[in-house]
Amino acid sequence: MSEQSNFDQYRRRFLSGSAATVAGMAVAPGVLLHEIGHARPASQAVTDEVRWGMLIDSNKCAEGCDDCVKACNEEHGLTGHGRPATDSQWIRKVTLKDKQTGHTQTLPLLCQHCEAPPCVDVCPTGASFKRADGIVLVDKHICIGCRYCMMACPYKARSFIHETLTDQKPYSPRGKGTVESCTFCVHRVDDGETPACVEACTAENHNAMVFGDLNDPSSKISQQLKQYNSRQIRADLQLNTGVRYRGI
Amino acid sequence: MIKHSLLVLVTGLLLGMVMPGQADDSLLPEIPAAQARFSETQGCVEPTADMRRNHMKYILHQRDETMHRGIRTKQYSLVECINCHVSDTPDAARVSSEEHFCSSCHSYAAVNIDCFQCHADRPVKTSATQAMPAVAESGSASIPVLAIEETTHE
Repeated sequence: MSEQSNFDQYRRRFLSGSAATVAGMAVAPGVLLHEIGHARPASQAVTDEVRWGMLIDSNKCAEGCDDCVKACNEEHGLTGHGRPATDSQWIRKVTLKDKQTGHTQTLPLLCQHCEAPPCVDVCPTGASFKRADGIVLVDKHICIGCRYCMMACPYKARSFIHETLTDQKPYSPRGKGTVESCTFCVHRVDDGETPACVEACTAENHNAMVFGDLNDPSSKISQQLKQYNSRQIRADLQLNTGVRYRGI
Repeated sequence: MIKHSLLVLVTGLLLGMVMPGQADDSLLPEIPAAQARFSETQGCVEPTADMRRNHMKYILHQRDETMHRGIRTKQYSLVECINCHVSDTPDAARVSSEEHFCSSCHSYAAVNIDCFQCHADRPVKTSATQAMPAVAESGSASIPVLAIEETTHE
């Protein structure tokens, strides 16, 4: 684990732990200290003060490595049926090849968590929605499985569940007849953790993925976005994606 | 509904009279015991009679709060219901069996539930965060390696 992410963990612990208790006494009642850190109490709703985002450095993303994909599959129980055309994939590795020079590069592609998500635009039931903190989700209680959102998504980020499922993960409910996609591991984010793919990438010391709050200028992701050139995929669509890429 | 209950009651009484030794062997559901108490004075998260009548309202409300607003309090969480009311042993009853806590009553009342088409009907004790290091170490051979997709750009 890199020095920076160690620092982030200490910072999180510091903000959510003993320091918060001490400082909490100094803050006026009703003014909550966790607005400064990201450890939001379970009883409090998400707000648009935070916008979650991800920065992926394709230069650090090794060809043939799919640690992030495996971590995602494991986290959400995406076991598949050996039918790649229809099996769910929330994150996939894409290889780009420049035909003129033969140069190839690889990157993970997932739901880009757009600020103006086309999937939400087209959803006839309101099942596709964007949470206040910018995470785009499918409310499967409302989803009727029409798959308009799959057609609308420019990133092919969504999958449809064709088969009856059992033994889903308690924190990641999934069922036949609904559309699904990357949730930014919303259950982990709400717990103050990072998504499983980012954690796996960091644990293996690839450090190609950074997750954080785009609205917080002091966050690691904001500082890297400020320092380095980055791009949105299909920026021409003006969706203002939450996932940004370096090196493409 | 009232007639039906009366019929069950009368049948139960009659059976009780005919077979005094098997008075408990009625048609009423056998509800599995919970793993823990909510507090010293209260078994479930609300008084039991209230839960029997209104649990669906609590769960439905919590569903929208969690899904759309990210509120993850545990009191009315479906995951916590399952954690407490269903055993975490490998041979724990599935929702398809009448021995499952939810099914025991729902099959008696003939009310279908579709919660468990998506939600887990049994607890998984290892949390998401605890499960992660195992992934990194084991490499999880059971997960198919998905799609290294080939695309090109000019």
